[in-house]
Amino acid sequence: MEYKDYYKIMGVARDASQDEIKRAYRKLARKYHPDVSKEPRAEARFKELGEAYEVLKDPEKRVAYDQLGANWKANQEFHPPPGWNAGFEFSERDFPGGDASQYSDFFESLFGHAFRSAQAGRAGARESGRGAAGFGSGQTFHAPGEDHYAKVMVDLEDSYMGATRTITLQVPEVDAHGHVSTRERTLNVVIPRGIRAKQYIRLAGQGAPAPGQGKRGDLYLEIEFRPHPYYRVEGADVYLDLPIAPWEAALGATVKVPTPGGAVELKVPPGSATGRKLRLKGRGIPAKTPGDFFVVLRTEPPPAADEADKAFYRTMAEQFKSFNPRAGLGVEA
Amino acid sequence: MTAENEVTTSRQRQPDIPKLSGIVLDEEHLLTLTEISQACAVQTGYIIELVDEGLLIPESGPESRQEEPHFWRFTGEQMRRARVASRLQGDLGINLAGVALALQLLDEIEELRERLEALSIDDWDRPG
Repeated sequence: MEYKDYYKIMGVARDASQDEIKRAYRKLARKYHPDVSKEPRAEARFKELGEAYEVLKDPEKRVAYDQLGANWKANQEFHPPPGWNAGFEFSERDFPGGDASQYSDFFESLFGHAFRSAQAGRAGARESGRGAAGFGSGQTFHAPGEDHYAKVMVDLEDSYMGATRTITLQVPEVDAHGHVSTRERTLNVVIPRGIRAKQYIRLAGQGAPAPGQGKRGDLYLEIEFRPHPYYRVEGADVYLDLPIAPWEAALGATVKVPTPGGAVELKVPPGSATGRKLRLKGRGIPAKTPGDFFVVLRTEPPPAADEADKAFYRTMAEQFKSFNPRAGLGVEA
Repeated sequence: MTAENEVTTSRQRQPDIPKLSGIVLDEEHLLTLTEISQACAVQTGYIIELVDEGLLIPESGPESRQEEPHFWRFTGEQMRRARVASRLQGDLGINLAGVALALQLLDEIEELRERLEALSIDDWDRPG
């Protein structure tokens, strides 16, 4: 396993005060919080940060961590020294809750199962009560197993036709000895027709098992569409940028247009300009009240590839001598 | 924060595993106060606080805020908001008013991003 330099992760000196550590954590947490940040590795960074703070904010753990010495380098191969842990006692209040799976092996070997096993019998309380405990009010609910979440990427076409997708979840498990491992769980899930991005599918009883008698938690799947090479989705409406030739725009035409539900014929009215929006009612994402499909026109002039083409463009310039596309910009022609 | 799972999807259906159908949380399938609390791993009191602060507006009828919490119903989108709120509060140590502001700004950023995308800005970058 690799050594983790918690001071480096937090960007503080080894002799930083507890206040400095807290400030550094808050600042970085705001930057990398997965609900806020668009940084590519935000989630991983945030977890790493949480782990570093878990150790450094707690004077007991910090002292223990410092005992390892300052000579370790980040990512260096690491084994806990013999007799590690002997002289320290970690208070139970600081036990890092049910998201044990998010800690590194390094953290686990130093602070993990040593005292997790001591309270393996309490695993249930950890499973169900932790969110509430975060807000200081303790242990009132003794209810079902924890609900789980996962994001599922589907194609826009799946929402038009409906689909079945196989999803593989990494489920953290804590065994009787307090060891954490992840287990793969595979589910076949029906993606119903008409599903929209950010909607949830609730699979009852597919969450965490309950401590004791309670029923299993639920699994919530949050739907996200894979980016599509040419469609754009807004709620239940779907947009397509449609290139047309200048003569199609000027004279009108009937053109073939792809939609996620299959190709359709579309009438481009004469005199259409770039940016004109045409609506195909009810051809958006299906539902009782289906969304609409919008075609946004964009005229695409053919390239002047050879002498004959250039001659044609010159004739065109002659023909449209009085046409100034920049007339509205307040500059002389 | 409840366990956030990594997911991979594939088109190939595994034949030996049963097919699961869930309920889509849409306009017709709303969550009760107990359900949203359980889904966010918070106590019902926390959800009530979010409603009092105006961060969540329950769905059942225009008078719903005066109604008994027992009759409140929440959408999937509100569940997402409540989860984000509880995580921001727990992880960043900000109070409810701060969470409300953060959520509002996040909504605005999202809207601007979508508008930016719709404009397909790269068309404007052409030289000359």
